[in-house]
Amino acid sequence: MGIMAQLPALIVVTPLLLAFLVYLVGIFRPRLSYPLVLLGTSLSFIFSLGILYQVLHSSAPLSYHLGGWEPPWGIEYRIDHLNALVLAAVAAVAWLVVLFAKGLVDREIELQKQPHLYTLLLLEITGLFGITVTGDMFNLYVLLEIASFSAYALIAMGGRGAAFAAFRYVIFGTIGACAYLLSVGYLYILSGSLNMADLKGIIPGLLHSKALLVGFAFMVMGVGIKMGIFPLHSWLPDAYTLAPSAVAALLAPLFTKVGAYVIVRVTYGVFPLSFSVKDYPAAEALGWLAIGGVIFGCVMALAQRDLKRMLCYLIVAEMGYILMGVATGNRTGITGAVLHIVNDAFMMACLFTVVGAIHYVRGTRDLDDLKYLHIQMPLTSAVLVVGGLAVVGIPPLCGFFSKWYLILGAVEARRWGMVAVLLLSSLLNAIVFFRLIERAYLEVQPAEAFVPNGGTHLKVKLDSLPKGMIFSLLLLASALLFLGLFSGTIVKEIIYPFVNGL
Amino acid sequence: MAELLAKYNYWIYALLLCVGFYGMMTKGNLMKKLIAMNIFQWAVIFYFISIGAKKGGTVPIIPGGHGGGHVVVEATSFINPLPHVLMLTAIVVGVATTGIALALLIKIYKRWGTLEEEEVLQRLRDRDEVKG
Repeated sequence: MGIMAQLPALIVVTPLLLAFLVYLVGIFRPRLSYPLVLLGTSLSFIFSLGILYQVLHSSAPLSYHLGGWEPPWGIEYRIDHLNALVLAAVAAVAWLVVLFAKGLVDREIELQKQPHLYTLLLLEITGLFGITVTGDMFNLYVLLEIASFSAYALIAMGGRGAAFAAFRYVIFGTIGACAYLLSVGYLYILSGSLNMADLKGIIPGLLHSKALLVGFAFMVMGVGIKMGIFPLHSWLPDAYTLAPSAVAALLAPLFTKVGAYVIVRVTYGVFPLSFSVKDYPAAEALGWLAIGGVIFGCVMALAQRDLKRMLCYLIVAEMGYILMGVATGNRTGITGAVLHIVNDAFMMACLFTVVGAIHYVRGTRDLDDLKYLHIQMPLTSAVLVVGGLAVVGIPPLCGFFSKWYLILGAVEARRWGMVAVLLLSSLLNAIVFFRLIERAYLEVQPAEAFVPNGGTHLKVKLDSLPKGMIFSLLLLASALLFLGLFSGTIVKEIIYPFVNGL
Repeated sequence: MAELLAKYNYWIYALLLCVGFYGMMTKGNLMKKLIAMNIFQWAVIFYFISIGAKKGGTVPIIPGGHGGGHVVVEATSFINPLPHVLMLTAIVVGVATTGIALALLIKIYKRWGTLEEEEVLQRLRDRDEVKG
């Protein structure tokens, strides 16, 4: 039982300490750094499952007091059903992406620099875990900045123009962080507390205050920049497109999802449900942002030729979905938002790894270079189809179920604009992915171009990818299926206890 | 009017915030953007420092309070240390941001030979045209 009680701290400390170890070992033995990263993420994944197990089997949220200081004075790591679910999803995706990353990193980064990248990767994961487990507003700011700093540096390791994109990201990210910090200040002046659970008890008595509204607005703006909510997303496509492929596959699905978690946590876990629904029209405003984001993201995705950039715009649209769920302001919609955070982390990781694999084999990410993909890379194209269908929302893949809850929530809230946009955007997503699938599968095969031995059958060699990449692709694709099949269980066992407690 | 002036610390922080934001959005030189970013950060730090301070307040150390004895103190005569302590962390974060941004600027300058945003963007577009 001893180690089980320490898990909330261990999940943050393990990658943090390993990050230093990776750097030190990397100075002498650069090749040893990757196994250490894999070890760190595997351990974190196991820890996150342990935490999930504990939360499911206890009546109260896990509360870990750092340094033994009692909350609300000390920093508290507080894990309820929402944290535990997001934490498990983040840890799983981080593990799968790290499993995938080896080949890509070997291809794109020279050996001497690899330990630097892996160190930053672990720090990034530390930050993301920390944001997810912490129950302290200021601690969240610090961890948000740890994650952001690692992200800036990681993105700058990419190809030409990456440093410039990273600099823009620094500027935007700092505005976001400062806005978040300001809102923490407003809340602190009003309530005298930084602890989320404590604030939840104090804020209902302060609802008349306009400063509270200003604090809330700064909070949404700050986190919105970090997670790339439309129209604050403009750093996102450049930064993630130019980042090294392995980095993009880690950052793009996870950082945005963790930001979305913070929005859900702040809007409904710190502020009371009635604040953004009844007292102020905050949910209404967020809803319009979400609608704009979904339409903008889908249309821009249609216009892209670079696959990675296309996915980046899809992320803007997906963030719109999550925000829609938040903006419905009812329990069904919030269920959809939380479920979509988890599903989308896996869907986007799946698609980014597919694009990474294509880039690995073909050295290009252009839409038109997908020709004959199913001959050269049958597995990767199959995973592309699975990921695409999941994003479009075809049952039994996971995307369908979260969209279903989102639509139900929007209907319940009588926001018909949202319902229309949800349906329309599925159609737009379908166009985006059927364009890809058409190019990958339906091009007529030329007579001899790909049949070097004169036979009708090509050499059946799986995708000429390293084993880790194939393994990771398969796991991600099956995760999409399993998340779909078991979405009822996830909703009933994990999300409802959180949502019903609002 | 007197009430507005009495809260001059808020006015100063808001003004600094606007100056920083203006600089980040309008200046074409990346170095100037970075300086504006620093002003923006320092506005927030200034705000936190000012909310902890009290007129006539002193350092929050209670004489004789250590060691289990109960001492009655008047909260208004001590400044609130918490916002100040928070800002120690925020200052470190600010320094780290500046460090990263400066490193990026060095990288950009080595690559493109300029720190003017327009020129870098132009060069990026040119390369795209050549490639496409």
